[in-house]
Amino acid sequence: MQSTQVRKRVPVSALLDPKIVWPAIVSAFVKLDPRLMIRNPVMFVVEVVAALTTVVFVRELVSGSPGLGFTFQIILWLWTTVLFANFAEAIAEGRGKAQADSLRRQRTQTQAKLMTGSGRDYRSVPSTSLKVGDIVLVAAGDTIPSDGEVIEGIASVNEAAITGESAPVIRESGGDRSAVTGGTQVLSDSIRVRITAAPGSTFLDRMIHLVEGAERQKTPNEIALNILLAGMTIIFVFATATIPSFANYAGGTISVVVVVALFVTLIPTTIGALLSAIGIAGMDRLVRFNVLAMSGRAVEASGDVDTLLLDKTGTITLGNRQATEFKPLRGVSEQELADAAQLASLADETPEGRSIVVLAKEKYGIRGRDLNELDAHFIPFTAQSRMSGVEVGGSWVRKGAVDAVLGLLKAPAASSQATALALQPAVSAETVRETNAIAEAIAKSGGTPLAVAKDGRLLGIVQLKDVIKGGIRERFVELRRMGIRTIMITGDNPMTAAAIAAEAGVDDFLAQATPEDKLRLIRDEQAKGRLVAMCGDGTNDAPALAQADVGVAMNTGTQAAREAGNMVDLDSNPTKLIEIVEIGKQLLMTRGSLTTFSIANDVAKYFAIIPAMFLAFYPQLAALNIMNLASPQSAILSAIIFNALIIVALIPLALKGVAYRPIGAAPLLRRNLLIYGVGGLVVPFIGIKAIDLAVTAIGLV
Amino acid sequence: MTANGWLQIIVYFVVLTALVLPLGRFMARVFEGERTLLSPVLRPVEIGLYRLAGVDATREQHCISYTIAMLVFNAAGFALVYALQRFQAVLPLNPAGMSAVAPDLAFNTAVSFTSNTNWQNYGGESTMSYLTQMAALTTQNFVSAATGIALVIALVRAFARTSAKTVGNFWVDLTRCTLYVLLPLAVLGALVLVWQGVPQNIGPYVDATTLEGAKQTLSQGPAASQIAIKQLGTNGGGFWSANSSVPYENPTPLSNFLQMLSILLIPAALTLTFGRMVRDERQGWALYAAMSAIFLAGVALCYWAESYGNTNFAALGLDPANMEGKEVRFGIANSSLWAVATTAASNGSVNAMHDSFTPLGGMIPIIMMQLGEIIYGGVGSGLYGMLLMVIVAVFVAGLMVGRTPEYLGKKIEAKEVKMALLAILVLPLFMLGFPAVAVLLPFGLSSMQDAGPHGFSEVLYLYTSQTANNGSAFAGFTGNTLWYNTTGGIAMLFGRYFVIIPMMAVAGSLVAKKTVPASAGTFPTHGGLFVGLLVGVILIIGGLTFFPALALGPVAEHFAMLTKSTF
Amino acid sequence: MLRELRPALVLIVMFTIITGLIYPLAITGIAQIAFPHQANGSLLVKDGHVIGSSLIGQTFTDGGYFQGRPSATSGPDPTDPTKTIDAPYNAANSAGSNLGPTSKVLIERIKGEVDKRKAENANAPVPTDLVTASGSGLDPDISPDAALFQVARVAKARNLSEDRVRRLVGEHVQGRFLGILGEPRVNVLALNMALDRLAPR
Repeated sequence: MQSTQVRKRVPVSALLDPKIVWPAIVSAFVKLDPRLMIRNPVMFVVEVVAALTTVVFVRELVSGSPGLGFTFQIILWLWTTVLFANFAEAIAEGRGKAQADSLRRQRTQTQAKLMTGSGRDYRSVPSTSLKVGDIVLVAAGDTIPSDGEVIEGIASVNEAAITGESAPVIRESGGDRSAVTGGTQVLSDSIRVRITAAPGSTFLDRMIHLVEGAERQKTPNEIALNILLAGMTIIFVFATATIPSFANYAGGTISVVVVVALFVTLIPTTIGALLSAIGIAGMDRLVRFNVLAMSGRAVEASGDVDTLLLDKTGTITLGNRQATEFKPLRGVSEQELADAAQLASLADETPEGRSIVVLAKEKYGIRGRDLNELDAHFIPFTAQSRMSGVEVGGSWVRKGAVDAVLGLLKAPAASSQATALALQPAVSAETVRETNAIAEAIAKSGGTPLAVAKDGRLLGIVQLKDVIKGGIRERFVELRRMGIRTIMITGDNPMTAAAIAAEAGVDDFLAQATPEDKLRLIRDEQAKGRLVAMCGDGTNDAPALAQADVGVAMNTGTQAAREAGNMVDLDSNPTKLIEIVEIGKQLLMTRGSLTTFSIANDVAKYFAIIPAMFLAFYPQLAALNIMNLASPQSAILSAIIFNALIIVALIPLALKGVAYRPIGAAPLLRRNLLIYGVGGLVVPFIGIKAIDLAVTAIGLV
Repeated sequence: MTANGWLQIIVYFVVLTALVLPLGRFMARVFEGERTLLSPVLRPVEIGLYRLAGVDATREQHCISYTIAMLVFNAAGFALVYALQRFQAVLPLNPAGMSAVAPDLAFNTAVSFTSNTNWQNYGGESTMSYLTQMAALTTQNFVSAATGIALVIALVRAFARTSAKTVGNFWVDLTRCTLYVLLPLAVLGALVLVWQGVPQNIGPYVDATTLEGAKQTLSQGPAASQIAIKQLGTNGGGFWSANSSVPYENPTPLSNFLQMLSILLIPAALTLTFGRMVRDERQGWALYAAMSAIFLAGVALCYWAESYGNTNFAALGLDPANMEGKEVRFGIANSSLWAVATTAASNGSVNAMHDSFTPLGGMIPIIMMQLGEIIYGGVGSGLYGMLLMVIVAVFVAGLMVGRTPEYLGKKIEAKEVKMALLAILVLPLFMLGFPAVAVLLPFGLSSMQDAGPHGFSEVLYLYTSQTANNGSAFAGFTGNTLWYNTTGGIAMLFGRYFVIIPMMAVAGSLVAKKTVPASAGTFPTHGGLFVGLLVGVILIIGGLTFFPALALGPVAEHFAMLTKSTF
Repeated sequence: MLRELRPALVLIVMFTIITGLIYPLAITGIAQIAFPHQANGSLLVKDGHVIGSSLIGQTFTDGGYFQGRPSATSGPDPTDPTKTIDAPYNAANSAGSNLGPTSKVLIERIKGEVDKRKAENANAPVPTDLVTASGSGLDPDISPDAALFQVARVAKARNLSEDRVRRLVGEHVQGRFLGILGEPRVNVLALNMALDRLAPR
């Protein structure tokens, strides 16, 4: 299926690519800077308690308390936990950086030919000095210095720098193909470009910032999740900070480091550590799909989309109508009709004409004939005649709009030459009725009827139809299961639109749509509380793109459209909206699943640490040691080691994301609850036990 | 455990469930301002009250003014209860000649009754005059309950309305709740209780000469009228010191059954009122199912623990089933069922002494309260507490299906999560923070009756109960000291109002939101999956926090008991 | 805020009148007419004197009476009103022992009760309810087992046949409500009054 064939601009770097891992390890230490850590409240708290316990440890070292080896190991793992979290973030950023570097190579210092004065002279200036509104000349071989709009000329441009597609595209002034992007190269001709982007905020600049995660703003959901995690951290402050006092009542003491160990294992460090990595990886995934999101908010919103507006042409149907069937009148064979239609279309270079030739060949084995050999004379289509045809010897064939062809047959004198008169037949009322009936049926089913007449005799009708893209229907079924309504936008009349909508399986359609209609539709949907996504390319799409919650502009589109949307599809493939929605959902799902996993882990950690903590003064609590861990020390150590290692173990999942399946919310929730909820309960029991065995075997405690 | 014991539990649950539907729908009618069967009698009273109070019943309030109205009303109630206690000696209806209540105890009691807690650091028959019992305490039993219900109705409206500004009128909700819901049920309940043997008089205490010739003073009073509403309004404050274990307060198995029913009746039915008002009864049933799952599990555990009994009894050659602190007419099953019901709801009345329960049997009530009194919970407060927990559950689960979480079409965003968590945070702060301080202080420790882990459980129970606005106690503990009266009062205040304020902030934020129509992409919140998820979130987020404390209290005591240790 | 002051004050006063005075007093009125016996405490009157309430347990120490459960109620010390002393079945101060399950005091108290009961009847296991304190300290009932346990002692003290006494106990066993609710029980005061009628002393 076309929509899934997504070109990868940058090959997905292997998770353990040393080029990314080594800098990430360095960066993990750099990120220990508390000013950076505070952005992540959970891990900041871990760092603070790690620092505090280190101070306590040093003091005890000086005073020479017993059991320092154990304390040292715990502290070591506390710091490791923080470093692992930083490492996860650094890895995610590193993958973005690799892409950014390749982009940056495109942004080498270029000289621009700035037009001066009268408009015929120019002087050479560095591209970075260009201001909005400047006009530059770009000739063949030049790199376009900055984003802008072609105001004069036409040129073929190589946009591989941003799209990865090496085939050149045409850029011309006026119309919907006027936008050019800085860093792309003009291959032929020369154009004048009005600069539309200030230095440092060009498309390429923004792209680099985005993939690097440098300007990453927390998204609304991420903020809410951070609040949840911070809240849970506070709850566990209460839960653990009160323990020494309770233990004191029971006649025991508990060392600070053990309380800290319990606290750190209980607070949601797993998700806290991976949260920003998940966000960065989500943006990264979009970039890999050659979609550029202007904000993380837009990515998140795409997961929430309820209504998808899709243009009919190019998205739902293949670009053009095609002949799908020959419908002869009574007394005419299909073969005869096909033969005549093919003959009339041989010289017709329109897609419709070609499709008739193809159909005739595929269905009736009628081969192509050389019109020159036949000495045929081709009569092209005109808006007046609304017919085209061919004349071979004394014979003629016409094909065209039904009423036009009928008109020709009724009043031949007005339309053609004497040869026609000789063959003057009567077109009976019966024939007209039959023809109209067929034509009407075709129109009702969303097709366009084309009448074919030969030598004054009406043979039948060719049915032209919009051809629905293969697999698109299944795609809509999938979307429906995801809970997304699809609305087809088309300029067709309502009857045709209804038929195509039914065939494609969209939920609704907007026929004879004007840009105002589109805008109104989006507002209506939004008023009902729905989130709307759409894609568009023309300048007249800009208001709708801006109004939509997720507006994906085609890269081939105008600058206005690209400014209005909050995403740009570099491949200009409207079907990709569906992938974008999936990526948005995946981002949210990954956060939710890892949060669930993190919280569910607490049960096992309690069962590891609580009995270990209290055993000294309540030996009967050994009954809670259901994992049968070797000793209190090994239990506490195992729990904290597990807590740190699970972060690393989940980095691949955080970067790859939890797989989205369009199976509806309830089955999806059941599935994820089972994997990450129940799994989150069970896994740490096994993990902590295994680590305990290892820790004891090595003799760490 | 006996088959008959289980049968009683099942019968109870079936009858309760059967009553949810009619009462839930009736309350929805009341709060949507529709006419009810009682309107011909009560409507004139209602209109009269509005006129006297200068309330325009058609003018709805914004969330903040609704909350302010509630706070002002509660403050007035607090002042009145405090004053009546302090001046009871010189006021009428005091045949037993009770003296003025001490300031710290009066403060604690006033907070306790206005916050719907009904923690009692006093024995009713030895401290309060009939006037105090009626005008101060019985009145608060009505209006503190009505306050809770009014508040949850405001929150429910916030879910039900789309892009609105107001959540109702507090004075109207308060008045209609008291007149149409609480008063009729209380009248009915009181009369049945008198029929069963609960005294209802304003005569002096009766001196009897027993068969063996000793003197026995039988305390009397207008008991039935107070008991009926103490159960219905999840107040729980007993007329007598030992509460509903006293035969006068709860004479027969039938009176016991009806009182247990009235404990959970309104909180349970409110789930359906909620479903009805958001135009999808299934949503209400789902919450009812989640509550019931935890409730029934608690009952089963408690009943098992009490039947398994005390190992120390077995050592003496006794049937270990734990009858210490329980009444013969109720037995193990009814005592366990009541204990869980009264702590699941924020009722706090008891028909057996929780302090004498087996360690695990006594742990279940503690857990029920630690969960935040949302398993049915207090009237109103239970449901709004549950809805706050739903917000947290939906937030996590919603993300897992790849959408910004929604509940009933309302998007759950940062503000809701923040406020829900603030409300949830209050619980562990006071439930764990105060005990941590109390067990370090000599005057904190001196109130304990029992040594060992049980003494710790007593302190834990005290603050848990007060913070959760329950009011039941491990009653061996001496709560009537300056320290405990004061800190307990603070815990009750915060446990009530610092949950209400963030909750109303959630309501204010939700009511203004658009309602997103449900689609296949929104996960259904009325199915078994959601119920399971909600139960999991309640147990893990609401419950796990208390694991260390429970391990040092009931759990340590349990394993000690198994080895026949005593303290 | 000031706007809410009038409704707050008016309504708290009005509700105090309606629910705090009218409601209890109206219930009192109806109760006194409809159920005067119950409303006034289910008092038992013998020879013009109140001898107790059928709902409230009494202390029985005499071997010739069936005895109720231990009671943990207390009362003011007659010699020093600031102190309290044990006062079983004090119907003006209901209370349970509230002792925890691992309380040394509790287990020792029960052990004492068990030893005492074993001394009077070594043939049957001691029923738990007979040695554990009730919640209210005023429990009027004992289990049928606890009554039967005492038959031998009572019969001997009253010079009645054990069968006769056992039959009397059987007559006083109250079953469960509708066969479902509550537990079977024997009201000690009612049983003892019947005993006095059967064999006056």
